[in-house]
Formats: sequence, structure tokens, C-alpha cells
Amino acid sequence: MTRCKPVIAIGRRRFLAGAGGAAAGAAAAQLPVKPAKAAPVTGVNYPSAKLANVRDLKIDEPLNVAYPDADAPGVLLKFGKRVPTGAGTDGDIVGFSTTCPHKGFPLNYVSSDRTLNCPGHYSRFDCEAGGLEIWGQATQNLPQYILRIDSKGDIYAEGVDELLYGRLSNVL
Amino acid sequence: MAYKRHIDRLPIIPKDATEFNVTCHYCIVGCGYKAYTWPINKQGGTAPSENKFGVDLSKQQQPETAAWYAPAMYNIVRQNGQDVHIVIKPDPDCAVNSGLGSIRGARIAEMSYSRARNTQLQRLTDPMVWRYGQMQPTSWDDALDLVARVTAGVVNDMGEDAVIVSAFDHGGAGGGYENTWGTGKLYFAAMKVKNIRIHNRPAYNSEVHATRDMGVGELNNCYEDAELADTIVAVGTNALETQTNYFLNHWIPNLRGTSNDKKKAEFGSEPIEPARIIFVDPRRTVTINACEIEAGKDRVMHLAINPGTDLALFNAWLSLVADKGWTDKPFIAASTTNFDKALAANKTSLDEAARITSLTVDQITKSAAWIAEPKQGGARRRTMFAYEKGLIWGNDNYRTNGPLVNLALATGNIGRPGGGCVRMGGHQEGYSRPSDAFIGRPAPYVDKLLIEGKGGVHHIWGCDHYKTTLNALKFKEAYKKRTDLVKDAMSSVPYGDRPQMVKAIMDAIKQGGLFAVDVDIVPTKIGQACHVWLPAATSGEMNLTSMNGERRMRLTERYMDPPGQAMPDCLIAARIANHLERVFREASKPDVADRFKGFDWKTEEDAFMDGYHGHEKGGQFVTYDRLRAMGTNGFQEPAVDFRDGKIIGTKRLFADGKFNRSDGKAQLMETQWRGLEAPGKEAEMKKWPFLINNGRTNHVWQSAYLDQ
Repeated sequence: MTRCKPVIAIGRRRFLAGAGGAAAGAAAAQLPVKPAKAAPVTGVNYPSAKLANVRDLKIDEPLNVAYPDADAPGVLLKFGKRVPTGAGTDGDIVGFSTTCPHKGFPLNYVSSDRTLNCPGHYSRFDCEAGGLEIWGQATQNLPQYILRIDSKGDIYAEGVDELLYGRLSNVL
Repeated sequence: MAYKRHIDRLPIIPKDATEFNVTCHYCIVGCGYKAYTWPINKQGGTAPSENKFGVDLSKQQQPETAAWYAPAMYNIVRQNGQDVHIVIKPDPDCAVNSGLGSIRGARIAEMSYSRARNTQLQRLTDPMVWRYGQMQPTSWDDALDLVARVTAGVVNDMGEDAVIVSAFDHGGAGGGYENTWGTGKLYFAAMKVKNIRIHNRPAYNSEVHATRDMGVGELNNCYEDAELADTIVAVGTNALETQTNYFLNHWIPNLRGTSNDKKKAEFGSEPIEPARIIFVDPRRTVTINACEIEAGKDRVMHLAINPGTDLALFNAWLSLVADKGWTDKPFIAASTTNFDKALAANKTSLDEAARITSLTVDQITKSAAWIAEPKQGGARRRTMFAYEKGLIWGNDNYRTNGPLVNLALATGNIGRPGGGCVRMGGHQEGYSRPSDAFIGRPAPYVDKLLIEGKGGVHHIWGCDHYKTTLNALKFKEAYKKRTDLVKDAMSSVPYGDRPQMVKAIMDAIKQGGLFAVDVDIVPTKIGQACHVWLPAATSGEMNLTSMNGERRMRLTERYMDPPGQAMPDCLIAARIANHLERVFREASKPDVADRFKGFDWKTEEDAFMDGYHGHEKGGQFVTYDRLRAMGTNGFQEPAVDFRDGKIIGTKRLFADGKFNRSDGKAQLMETQWRGLEAPGKEAEMKKWPFLINNGRTNHVWQSAYLDQ
């Protein structure tokens, strides 16, 4: 846990940029521009978005991405060991939203215990266990990406398993 | 692995959705919420003109937005017999939580009864009776007739002392002013039941008798005082988990220094700075961790005392504060008695306290300075004292409560901004009953009576001895044996033959059996032994009033139907009274029957008007309509007036320096240290390296009853 910054200081830009800044924009550029229109169906149609290639990932170094659009910051992680919801041949790649599902603050990655941590109200999420809330005030575990990795090693996000903070439809 | 709902879209609250005031019914803090309902075949849209928030929902919303709700805040429930969408979300305009929702309160919607979405299907929907070897559904009239006939039989043959009652006394879920009045009028007015106990303890007594005996009601400050204090002293309380939004919304700003403007406005030229905080707790808690992050380690002191030694520390603090001349002499002279005697009797040296508590002399000295050393220019330090289970359920608890209140009084910290000596609390409060003075002290140890075979009928209201009594295994063993006697007797006669059934039950009772009636919202553990289950409504399924830890009273409006035939507890109590009246009249006992008059309530509002409005201090100013208008902020009890369309409340108790004793003065208490008081504790402590404490985790604190 780190000291909380006043909300007002976070600002929209900082919030949208996610934990690491510039990388989010780069990843967002590859998203399809046409969002799925809100249609009277259960669930939403997710875009298939290339977020990175496996070569871009280093063990325990978060790669900032955004999905399903540029306004939804997230992170890709590689652990070097198989985890239950991991993708890839080694089953060790995962992706999460980095917006806290409690009050929408940006989460920070702590590599020592592979958790995403909220400076707002101290919620903590276990990245090795599907985003399980270890402690906190969110009523959801952390939204995780459904990933597909093709033969070239390109990593695609194709869905999210919980509602993202700040939107009543995951695809706006 | 992490549970995922796979919900990626929620219905949007339309502009014309119906809005209800809701106060979270789980814990003492009582966060403000709003419930929104709308027809099942409608929904709002993303355009500002199409939704309740008036914002463009096709855009990502910002942190702390009011225009978002989690899947846990949504459900489909019955309202006036129709399925409706419901969203229950934290209210940004409530002074208690300012839009914050905890992992518990933010699940109110999801933890509601919904046949459409299969949530809380464990809820009791029908009266159930023991019939041919199992619990089976029946009508209210059938169940209540049986309850009334057996209860009347026990009163007739064994007297009212053989009617044993376990009942909630608090607010929020399973309680509230309507329901404590309903049960109170039945057992303390129509009857005089003295063998009664309170929801989580085996007798009818307060958890904080000492402070009350001293003339200091325990909920004497307001939550804002935590924003104004120079120092907060937190004893045996883990507020981040158990009063989450009180802590996050009122303690944290003071530790961060963001309440300095409030302090300036209140205190003028008096020196101010961000708060310091002292924890007295054998454990290191997440609350301590959070405080260190926000205030810095140099402003947080954790006094990890030996368990149960708080009293020695408090006495040493008072001794030192008096030696240093840091007491508030004018306040002591004007508003207290027994100061000199208490000071002399409780005198404890630093060395002695250090030896008992395992703290260092330096820690005790430094913490005493944080509490009472005058500020620059000589201004009195404003210190707020907060305590909870670590103290009140701890060693020698009556006498340990006293010296903390002594210190608060001696330093002039009760009734003043930035002060208070308060319990943090568990449930909300909502006590309105006729006098219980006839019970006397000590109150009967009811669970012991049950184990010993006393009593003939047991009425249980929202309690579960199987989970919460002392020596639960022994209790369960005795209770099962006694109630099984009655079950077997009931199985031996045709259910439809009521006279024979009642006779069989009475015969079994006289052989040591016990007839047990359980009023609750879910099947409980003790319910396994009971012969009748009566399904109750909970908050939101009835109109319900309670007050929180700063005496803030609100009305939670009925926003959905109770499950099946379930009814508010106050009306169940009234219907039991109606049936008892009928049964006694049939038995040609009109004088007894007449005692059960006055229960012709049709609604919970009738019970409220009869009880709180008619009997409580300031109650004459309070009605449902007025509370509705006061929204989620309500007012702080007691009400003192109704002016300009508003109920006028009381921000702090004892602000005039007058306390709740006949002479108007608070009485300091003599409380010498006498070791670990319960037999065997000292030896136990020496034998075992760890004290294991479990159950009250962040996720389910005060809502675990829905997680049977």
C-alpha cells in the first residue's frame, strides 16, 4: 500500500493513462474503431483486440494496455509459472483491468506478491488467482481479460469477465 | 479461485425510477443508500435525458462517480406483487458515508430475496411447524394458535417465569424501533418476563453498563468529532474492517490533514495539525496499517498490550495526567463527582503499569502526552476515545470500561468538539421498550437456566444460541434433549387434533421438555431444535427506523415485498398478543386476556407511533412523514424540536456539562487492577502461546447471518 493521493489530483488524464502512462495509448491505437452498439441483448459483443506479442512480456514486469477501448486501462502480466487462468503455451500470461472496481482508482502492481493494489481504500487483488480480492471493499473480484494467443505469439483480448468500473456496459 | 459473475452490462436506471431512502442495515455506521426501482419491461438509456443521473453513460465515468453501480447493487425483486428492477447504491449526499459503500453494504441488493435471480432463497417464506417428523409449512393462524395455546398453558401451569425469551435489542436488520417496541410491549407490558436475554449474550444486560452507571451514555459524540480531534485513542477496535466508512470518511481525513479547514472554522486561533492516533490492541490490525500509511509512523502509536490489561494502562494514564496537572479542573469541579477518591484508589505507577501491560514506561508516558499535554499556548488537547469488543468483551469488562471514561472526563473530553468517549458499536441501535427495571441486577443467566431444565416455552427473536452462547456445545446438548422430548410428543398425536396436541406438548414440558418458537428471516442453527418457525421481514421489506453510532436516526423505506407470508417482527408480536388474548378469553380469564389489548396494529407505522413516537424522549417530534423528508441524513437523537419542516436533533450529548445521574454529574469510578478476573484465565494465558480470534472478517462483519 502507498499513501493515497487526493482524488482530485488524479484527474482524468492520469486515470485514463493507467499505471504506466504512454503504453496505454500505443496499445489503444490497434483497437477496432467501431464499438459494438448497445443492442437489446444479454451481454455485449467484445472486440478482438491485439494487445501485445509474447516477446513484449518480461516476467513480473507489467505491460500497460487498454481494453476494450482506450478509456479502459489494463495490464498484461507474465509470471514464468502456470496459473489457473493463465494463457499461452506456458499458461502464465494474464491480463487485468487496472481500475479498482470499488471506487475507480488506478491500481498499482506490486511484483513481490504479484498483486494489484488500490491507493484509495486499500483493496488488494491477487493476479495469480484470477484477480481474487485478498482484502478490500470492492464487491467484485478484479475484471480479467479473456485472452487468445495465436501461432505468431500475438496476444488478443476477446472479453472481460466482470463489469468494469465506471461503465454500465463493458463495451460503450 | 476468484468467483466471477460474467456480467458485462446492467440495466440503466431510467429518469423516472422510483427513489427510496435506505440506511444500510448491517453495521452500526448506517451508511446512506438510495434504492431505485422501475418496471421490469422498461429501462433507461445512455443519453443524459434518459437516465436518473442526467449524464452521458456512453462515456467512461470518473473515479468516485455517482453514475455507476456494481452488479452487487442490482437485482430483480417483488414490489407490490410485481417483479421490478432494483438498484441500491451508496448516497453521495449522506453525511455518514458520502457515497462510499463497503464490501458488505454495497451488496444489499444482491443479498435480497429474489426468485427471479435466485438470491437469498434460503429465506423463510411461510410459518413452519413440526408435523409428523419434519418442519412443514402452515398458515399464520395455525402456527400462532399453537404458539398461543402452549404459551398460555405454560403461563397458567408454571407462571410467567417459565416463559423464556431471547430477543434482539438493537437496530438495523433484526431489530429497529418498531420491532423492539413490538416485542417489548409483549414481554414487558402485557407480560412481565424476567427470564429474557439479548441477541448475542446470555442475559439481559448492557455491554457497557459501567459508562451508563457513571452517567455517560456511550454514544455521546458525532462522527465529525473524529475529523476534529487532535488525538484519537482507539481501544480494542479495528475500525477499517468493522466501521469501514466511518473510518474512511471521518478518521482518514483527519490523519491526512484534509479536515484542517473544518478545524480552523470550528476552533479559530487554537493550534491545529493533523491527528495523532493511539491504538491499544494486542494485535496489529489493517486499521493500524492504514493509519501509518496516511499519517506516517511517527503519528501512530500502537500499544500492543498483554491481552486483558487495558485497565492498568488507563489507571496509569490518569495517574500521570493528574501528576502533570493536565486535567481539566473546571470541568471536573462543575460536572463530575468522586474524582479525588477515584484518583487515589486507581493510582498506578508507570513501572507497575509497564510490568502488567508489557509496554515500556516511555510508551505510556509518551501516549499520555499525546492524550492530554496542553497544546501550544495552553489550549486543551482534544482527544476522542473509541472502544469496542476488545474492551467490552475483554477481561473484567465492567471495571475496564470505567477508567477509560474516567480519563475522558478528567481531561474534559466529553460533550465537546473533537472529543467523546464512545463505543464503536456493532449493530445500529433501535431500542424502544417499556421499562425492564423489574428484571433487576444481576439479570438472570438465561442460557444457564435453559441448560438446567428451567422454563417451559422459549420464544426466540433473531438470536442463535447455537452459534453465540458461551459453552455452545453443552448448551446444544441440553437444548436438543429438551426440545426432542417435545418433538417426539408432537409426533405421537394427530396434528389436526389441537387439544390433544397441546396436551401432549404440555405433558412433555412437565417432564423436562421445552417448546421452542423461532422468529427469524432464515433457518438458523438453533432453529433445528425448534417446533415453530415464524418468517420475519427484514429492512427494506418493511419501513424500519434505527439510529447509528452518532445517534443518527433514519427511516429505511419499504422498497420491496417480504418473501412469501413473512411479516415485520412487530406485527408478529402483535399477532401473538392477539392470539394470546383470544386463548385467555376462551379459557375464561378475562383479566389476563385484557393485558394483551393494545396490539391492534395494522402496519409497522402503527407500532412506531405507539412506541417511539409515544414513549421515547423527543419522540413526539418524530413521524414517518418527517423522517422521509429528512432523507438519508435524518437527525441525531434525541429530537428537541420540529421547526421549518425539519426535525431538530442533538449533535453531541452532554454539551451542557450535565450528565445522566440524579445530580447531573458524571461519577468517576474506583477500579483497581485485579488481574485476569475469570477463573482459569491466568493459567490459560501462560499455557498457550496464541489467542485465536476468528469469524468477524471484513467480508461478512455484521452480514454473516445471510451466509448460514
